[in-house]
Amino acid sequence: MFEQYPVIVVMAPLLAAALCAVVRNERWCWILALSVSFTSLVGALSMLGYIDGEAGFISYALGGWIPPYGIEYRVDTLAVYILILVSFLATGVLFYGRQSVRAEIPENLQGWYYCMYLLCLCGLMGIAITGDAFNAFVFMEISSLSMYVLIALGRDRKALAAAYQYLIMGTVGATMYVIGVGLLYTVTGTLNLVDMGERLNPIMDTRAALAGMAFIIVGLSLKLALFPMHLWLPNAYAFAPSVTTAFLSATATKVSIYLLLRYLYSVFGFDFVANHSPVPAVMLVLSLLAIFVGSFTAIFQENVKRMLAYSSVAQIGYITLGIALANGAGLVGGLVHVFNHALMKGALFMLVGGIAFQIGTVRIEDMAGIGRKMPLTMLGFVTGALCMLGVPGTVGFVGKWYLAVGAIQNGWWWLVALIMISSLLVLVYMGRVVEIAYFRERPRGAVELSEPPKAMIVTSWVFILACIYFGIDTSFTLDTAESAVEILLAPKP
Amino acid sequence: MSPGLLIVLALLLPTIAILFIVLSKRRPNLREAFTLLFASVLFVVVCTMVPRVIDGDRPSIVLGEVMSGLIIAFEVEPLGMLFALIASSLWIVSTVYSIGYMRGNSEPRQTPFYVCFAMSIGSTMGIAFAGNLFTLFLFYEVLTLSTYPLVAHKGNDEARAGGRTYLGVLLFTSVVFLLPALVVTYSITGTLEFQPGGIIDADNGPVLIGMLSVLFIYGIGKAAIMPAHKWLPAAMVAPAPVSALLHAVAVVKAGVFSVVKVIVYIFGIDVFGIFSSTDWVSYVAGFTVLAASIIALGQDNLKRRLAYSTVSQLAYVVLAAAMATPLAIMGAALHIVSHAFGKITLFFAAGSIYTAAHKTEICQLNGIGWRMPITMSAFAIGAFSMIGLPPTVGFLGKWYILSAAITANDYLVLFVIFSSTLLNTAYFVPIVYSAFMRAEDVIPEHDHGEAPWPVVLALSFTASASLVLFFFPDVPLTLAKQLAWG
Repeated sequence: MFEQYPVIVVMAPLLAAALCAVVRNERWCWILALSVSFTSLVGALSMLGYIDGEAGFISYALGGWIPPYGIEYRVDTLAVYILILVSFLATGVLFYGRQSVRAEIPENLQGWYYCMYLLCLCGLMGIAITGDAFNAFVFMEISSLSMYVLIALGRDRKALAAAYQYLIMGTVGATMYVIGVGLLYTVTGTLNLVDMGERLNPIMDTRAALAGMAFIIVGLSLKLALFPMHLWLPNAYAFAPSVTTAFLSATATKVSIYLLLRYLYSVFGFDFVANHSPVPAVMLVLSLLAIFVGSFTAIFQENVKRMLAYSSVAQIGYITLGIALANGAGLVGGLVHVFNHALMKGALFMLVGGIAFQIGTVRIEDMAGIGRKMPLTMLGFVTGALCMLGVPGTVGFVGKWYLAVGAIQNGWWWLVALIMISSLLVLVYMGRVVEIAYFRERPRGAVELSEPPKAMIVTSWVFILACIYFGIDTSFTLDTAESAVEILLAPKP
Repeated sequence: MSPGLLIVLALLLPTIAILFIVLSKRRPNLREAFTLLFASVLFVVVCTMVPRVIDGDRPSIVLGEVMSGLIIAFEVEPLGMLFALIASSLWIVSTVYSIGYMRGNSEPRQTPFYVCFAMSIGSTMGIAFAGNLFTLFLFYEVLTLSTYPLVAHKGNDEARAGGRTYLGVLLFTSVVFLLPALVVTYSITGTLEFQPGGIIDADNGPVLIGMLSVLFIYGIGKAAIMPAHKWLPAAMVAPAPVSALLHAVAVVKAGVFSVVKVIVYIFGIDVFGIFSSTDWVSYVAGFTVLAASIIALGQDNLKRRLAYSTVSQLAYVVLAAAMATPLAIMGAALHIVSHAFGKITLFFAAGSIYTAAHKTEICQLNGIGWRMPITMSAFAIGAFSMIGLPPTVGFLGKWYILSAAITANDYLVLFVIFSSTLLNTAYFVPIVYSAFMRAEDVIPEHDHGEAPWPVVLALSFTASASLVLFFFPDVPLTLAKQLAWG
């Protein structure tokens, strides 16, 4: 049984999705989706234990075709880190979101919603687990196509336009990626990522290999919304249903970042990327632009979900900054921020979902005076804001500390200053929301408010508390990130 | 009880107090009783540590490691002991005061007020007992965040603007200067622990050490060295008990306390004194002493004048610490104590005048001394302590700073202290003079006397403490000596 876990965590959501399409009853679909994502989480966690004890990775030959000829599922520390992240968030968001889905999705489509959700989960888990370049593309398409549907189901008609925009951009990205894979396939003759890495090693400076690398990096950058390829993201986050936003923000971009790291360091090789290619320099410029432009734009948003979306663009900049630093500490900082940012953004979007559930809009102005009406929600929001700010004792601090240490290792003092200054922009845009919610009076005649349903509050708070917990006890996130970086930076044979 | 547990208890008590305050929010008498109870227990707990520390014991406890090298640990050393004693004893007094003030002015939202107050005291304890820079930084930030709601308490535009400046300046300095200072210190030494003699090696050279001194001195924005002092006048929109305990004692003292700790235990006074690249600290601190005093002269709002006086007095401590001789460090420690008791008395008096007479400007205070004799006598004692006249405790701190300056032949410091003493006299004595010697301009409509009795009780207590500590300074003196000479 145990050796089948790698395939179970991917196949279970896929089969359950098909089942949902047949059942279509809202309640059964929800129960099915929740139990399947929980199963995936348990599977991912038990694989972590196995990897810690054994050789360092699990290799699963799909259909019995031995790698590198067949498709290989390869679970190492980095992959399992992402698997845990995705399945944990998927489970949490589902537990959180039943009422929200019932309120925001038309009744006849609720079953389909869970079907798409599960397909998306399957795709995201698949990207993390597969060791095959083309198989990753297939999973990428599964997750993206279902994500378009999840976004398009938003109440606002603009959700359709947002989904369409994401569709176009996402498809361009996926096409770029597959062109890159094609080029690499022509020079190496293999699709297995490990095998490809070994074969590319001596011919990395050929034009075909370089072109392949460029296509893959650009394609994935589109998917992970690296500035200035982030244009799909704000609308998609802002107009999607609350549950979609929470799930999408916490997982979709993170998985693309994972794939990019895999290619950069496991396939192209750390030495080549860091020392003989312009990748760190380009990433440095784009990450800093992402951080500053994203944060500045967030300040001027009227819609709290759009504001958080631009903040995500900025936070992705911190993660890619780790790539730009191209040293151990920097990469650990970036990688640990993948997990931490997923937690805090997931929590924040959940809380905002709860607010939207109660007041019906997501305009910041409409949040006036809710601090006293929804004390738990807003206290959670403030805590989340402090995490984003990077206050010590919260998850936000951990990544920032490592990035700063990494910057000093490179002798980039100015970068330390920029990282610190940029985090103050968070104070400006989050502070604005907090001030309006606490210090402005609720308009006269406004409907009476109370806290959102219990499931929403409890789950959001579990995530908020996790943000504090993982900020104080960093052993899981840091140890995993450190050993993942060790794998990435290991010299290729 | 083991000393480590005592530390944990001192940190937990304010937290437990919060719980009880929230639970009894519908019954104000019970709520205030809980605050008083926990404040008293905290003071007792802190007091039980004093004999141990004086005997040379250093109670410590390690709570856990956040990341490699970043440890949450506490250690009680003499300066922290002194700071904790001041903060915990004055918490009791200012709770008594708050009861009179908050009810006398029927302030809204009293439960959140007491909650944030307790949280601020809890984080102050964390700062006082921090065993390394990381722990200090952690509680330093918590203190900023938990005092913000108190500053913006009134909720009107002015209070919100003040709160924004407060939070903006304090967070900006701590994130942009202090955090990088920690990263750099950690990168070159591999530790952030406070150690007698410091952890930074003189081999790092004058440039790096000079740069670190900039990062630390401006990173600790709570020390209010110009131009990072703007938050303090802005914080004066807060209710008087907040200005009294937090912006005359806990928050600002946390600032200068951290500066002294960094100079003594991170740089080490030897290393800090070697290079001329750290001399700028004395110049800037000296400038702040004089400039803030001159600005204070021009303020007619009583609380703002007190705020600028605080900026000036804080710079004394930094000036003394920057001299980096044992005698000067001792003066710095004593000045922290004397200023705490003196300034809290002055703020208590200002709040008392506001409660009883609703007056905030100095020009309105003619003849008020005969209506509120206790308040204004206490004000006079506080003012004398600021000037440094015996028999008030303010004399002690100044005495040691002066002796240190004379021993070191530091004419700059001598000049700064003499001229600022004149300035202190110039902006405090006229207030006392006109309160007692001038006739009232307008006879008030309501014939008011003193403020409610808890207010008067609190300020008489702190005023007498300023006198008593002059005659019985044993505990602060012993602790300051231990700090300076190890």
